[in-house]
Amino acid sequence: MKNQTTTERKSERELVVTRTINGPARLVFEAWTKPELLKRWWVPKSIGLTLLSCEMDVRVGGGYRLVFAGNPEPIAFFGKYLEVTPHSRLCWSNDESPDGAITTVTFEESGGKTRVVVHDLYPSKEVLDAAIASESTGGFTEQFEQLDELLVTLGASAGRLES
Amino acid sequence: MVQYNSSRVNASFAALSDATRRGVLEQLGRADASITDLADKFHMTLTGMKKHVGVLEHAGLVTTEKVGRVRTCKLGPRQLEEEAAWIERYRQLWAARFDELDKVVEELKRREKADERRKKKRADP
Repeated sequence: MKNQTTTERKSERELVVTRTINGPARLVFEAWTKPELLKRWWVPKSIGLTLLSCEMDVRVGGGYRLVFAGNPEPIAFFGKYLEVTPHSRLCWSNDESPDGAITTVTFEESGGKTRVVVHDLYPSKEVLDAAIASESTGGFTEQFEQLDELLVTLGASAGRLES
Repeated sequence: MVQYNSSRVNASFAALSDATRRGVLEQLGRADASITDLADKFHMTLTGMKKHVGVLEHAGLVTTEKVGRVRTCKLGPRQLEEEAAWIERYRQLWAARFDELDKVVEELKRREKADERRKKKRADP
């Protein structure tokens, strides 16, 4: 049985994800902090992305850099570790955008299981709204570009019928 | 009911078939705005913008509220459904990630147990 994953927009500036993993915090923390392990789960097949490289210097002030295959250029996600408390807490910046969120992950062990809470804090309500809108209307835009093309095609065939 | 749905869909199609109206939705996704703001941003007359907003409002994509002399526009209930849909997609991404993490942690657990058994064996006389 898979444990439940929940997501919530906790406030105007915060997104929170929670999940319980069936294992001690020590091992869950290891899977978040060793690049060869993180690589195996961070990019599930269903999201259709290819991770080209993953470098992580897990200590306060250390950097990380994940590079994905992109079209035409590879896309890099990078930032710095702000807090590293073994087995209980990780915090990093997301510096690929000037108003990237600060991500804090906590690991709470109880009875051999670990509750993981991923907390993203955005600099303002507007930035989080825009992140949501750009992706949701982003999908929209693509659909309506297709619709535009369809309308042009239909218009053209209607024109032919008339003539 | 069917009638209502198809007329709603038609209204959305009509509302979204116009580039300016799509731009207005993107703009309102960033922040609420008055009709005057929108008219300025899209270089249009107030009357022209009022018509566009009217079409979006009719399709349920935008709601407006008049406070004093200013009419403020914001994303309507259908756009809020978009936010809920986004959060659900975000949840699915993380659920897929955590499913893979489960497997990694399972493997680490197995490895640890095997190591312990080996150590015990070595410690045995």
